[in-house]
Amino acid sequence: MMESCAGEYAVAEYALVACHDCDLLFRKPRLRPGQKARCPRCGAVLFQRKRSGMDQSLALACTSLVLFILANAYPLLRMNIAGRVQEGSLLTGIEELYSQGYWEISVLVFVVTFLAPLAKMLCLFYVLLPLWLFGRRAPKAERVFRWMEQLSPWAMTEVFMLGILVAVVKLADLAALTPGIALYSFAGLMVTMAAGDAMLDDHEVWERLEAADG
Amino acid sequence: MAKHAITAAEAGYLLCHCCHLLCRPQPGSIHSRCPRCGAVLHRRKPNSLARTWALTLTAYILYIPANLLPIMTVTMSGRGEPDTILSGVKELIVGGMWPLALLVFFASITVPVLKLLALTFLLLSVRFGSHWRPWERTVLYRLTESIGRWSMIDVFVITILVAVVELGTLATIEAGAGAVAFGGVVVVTMFAAMSFDPRLIWDCMAPKDGEVSSHSRPEGAYRMQR
Ligand SMILES: [Zn+2]
Repeated sequence: MMESCAGEYAVAEYALVACHDCDLLFRKPRLRPGQKARCPRCGAVLFQRKRSGMDQSLALACTSLVLFILANAYPLLRMNIAGRVQEGSLLTGIEELYSQGYWEISVLVFVVTFLAPLAKMLCLFYVLLPLWLFGRRAPKAERVFRWMEQLSPWAMTEVFMLGILVAVVKLADLAALTPGIALYSFAGLMVTMAAGDAMLDDHEVWERLEAADG
Repeated sequence: MAKHAITAAEAGYLLCHCCHLLCRPQPGSIHSRCPRCGAVLHRRKPNSLARTWALTLTAYILYIPANLLPIMTVTMSGRGEPDTILSGVKELIVGGMWPLALLVFFASITVPVLKLLALTFLLLSVRFGSHWRPWERTVLYRLTESIGRWSMIDVFVITILVAVVELGTLATIEAGAGAVAFGGVVVVTMFAAMSFDPRLIWDCMAPKDGEVSSHSRPEGAYRMQR
């Protein structure tokens, strides 16, 4: 099925590219690392050659994964009201929402703060690691990388970090608060994931995936 | 620029949404997939206008309970009252936390409203084939698409409060139905922005025969930036 489908469409021309926002057709620009080409008609970024390579992306993904584990294994905050101590992590919050009967929000929060970021990191490893180590393409790597691109808008680690800050300020006059290991880990995770997004050159990955043999 | 700029669709090519490879349909094909990444190829996003309208209207409807129903109830030593999004902001102002109040107000009230208005405006402008400022409208679309996720802040605040504050008789925090509606608004508007196709803005702009396009900038094939 896949074979017959793929046969119906052919690669048009490697020298040409179109703007994804206004469909204008171009000759593909030749860029030096760090340069960006924008569409002259609508201003969308057409191409961007990043200065960093796959090793930086992989190193950041490794760091992110470690921080992600810490951020979910340890409590975010410890609070003390009149001598009674309570700790909470992201997962206890999701559990508590579920037990209060709001399964819709608990599923939503679970997906955007836990599942999507984790899946994104794992997909990146799956695609980049064999490519970087052996110059080979993992089975179905194209599909996994495509999923990763579609998943990206749903991974909301940096928004969650801002949510933690608002919650901390709201609780500050209610009780004595001690930030937990997970709070620092989330802050670090926000930075490493944003840096990873900024450094990953998806055009380069697609070209290398195409050139590598499976 | 002597002749008007040609689009991929006019040249008979399709751009893959996902890996940005330019593909050419073989004769006799209807729906197919990108030869490189396997994503389904479309000339334009399918039923873009109808889908975006449906999702935008759903979001408008959900927006009412999201603001009227309480998003959480904080109970301190047996007393407590339900909080809506707006009363949460008010409480931050009363507490003197101005920057935070502004942040929450911007993320939970301004962004969703502006997003809905922007989508409605884009849909109407495409519907009536407007030639008005296509560049600015495309930028508005890109902004709408990228800013939407920041509205989730309030939902996350509730999650954290619920996780930490559970001290039996001393204090409890319970989520409210408004939070479900509000989460729904954020998700539905994100889907609405994704289903809108900005190329429709430019499709209405295609000049008639003999007309010189006034919207192509003359500096060359593309602009380079350091
Ligand atoms: Zn463009």
